[in-house]
Amino acid sequence: MSTSSHNSNNTSPSPIINESNQRRCAACKYLRKRCSRDCVLSPYFPASLPHRFACVHKIFGASNVARTLQQLPVHQRAQAAEAMSAEAYWRVQDPVYGSVGVINLLQQHIYMNQRELARTRAHIAIHSPTRGPCSPWAGLWTSPI
Amino acid sequence: MGGNSPCASCKLLRRRCTKDCIFAPFFPSEDPHKFAIVHKVFGASNVSKMLQELPVHQRADAVNSLVYEANARMRDPVYGCVGAISYLQNQVSQLQMQLAVAQAEILCIQMQQEPPLMADHQQQIDSDDKSNYLMHNSNMISGMPSLMNFASPSNNVATQEPLKRESLWT
Repeated sequence: MSTSSHNSNNTSPSPIINESNQRRCAACKYLRKRCSRDCVLSPYFPASLPHRFACVHKIFGASNVARTLQQLPVHQRAQAAEAMSAEAYWRVQDPVYGSVGVINLLQQHIYMNQRELARTRAHIAIHSPTRGPCSPWAGLWTSPI
Repeated sequence: MGGNSPCASCKLLRRRCTKDCIFAPFFPSEDPHKFAIVHKVFGASNVSKMLQELPVHQRADAVNSLVYEANARMRDPVYGCVGAISYLQNQVSQLQMQLAVAQAEILCIQMQQEPPLMADHQQQIDSDDKSNYLMHNSNMISGMPSLMNFASPSNNVATQEPLKRESLWT
């Protein structure tokens, strides 16, 4: 594509700037800076998911996220970015409890499921005595965190 | 509070602790580690903004949850709290499967036995309703980003909503 004739007759930005804008990750776009080739955030915060970085930046801050990722081996960075994104999302959804609220909810679910399972197994034990002794509590009690 | 002794945050940030310091009620000077860890993970300015956006009566709980998350992230820099959440989701999945198996077993027993079990059958229906409640009332969980490939051997709950993950972040 011929860029010189394209630029001579209009005031659009130079194609070099346009091209780097298109290559910018969500983090650099949000922070309005040039996205270098070795940007630590760009593999994990693509431009197609702007809200993801917005959440993470709001809760952790871009510099904290970048520092955390830099301190990790490369093969763990994707998981760390994903986890931080999830935590930031939960904190935005629930500014008081964040992911701790999710943990509480899951623990409640576990408790209710365990109770229901014990009740159901007790029913089985009552109505099917030929199946042999089977404690309704068998396999139930795992310790939630 | 902001009288003679600066709070832990103002000590760490080396600034004057005013009497309306937002951190002072929650980060006393006797426990410097608490603020240090929150500052390291979230940053003082982010924490300050978060607290300012909350009503006063909710700030203590918010601080406690932030401290918990920060500690989790310090212990596990990769997964933080999400490791625990993934583990718990797995447990919920396994319990739901066990419950489904047990309920199927009750149904078999009822089909093999005589009508006097009709009263129990009604209880079984109630039990089914409660199980459905447990499975469908997890709005917070079903709306979460998918936690595929997190630190758990299998994560059935996380694999249920891969499409929802995209819709959350676009």
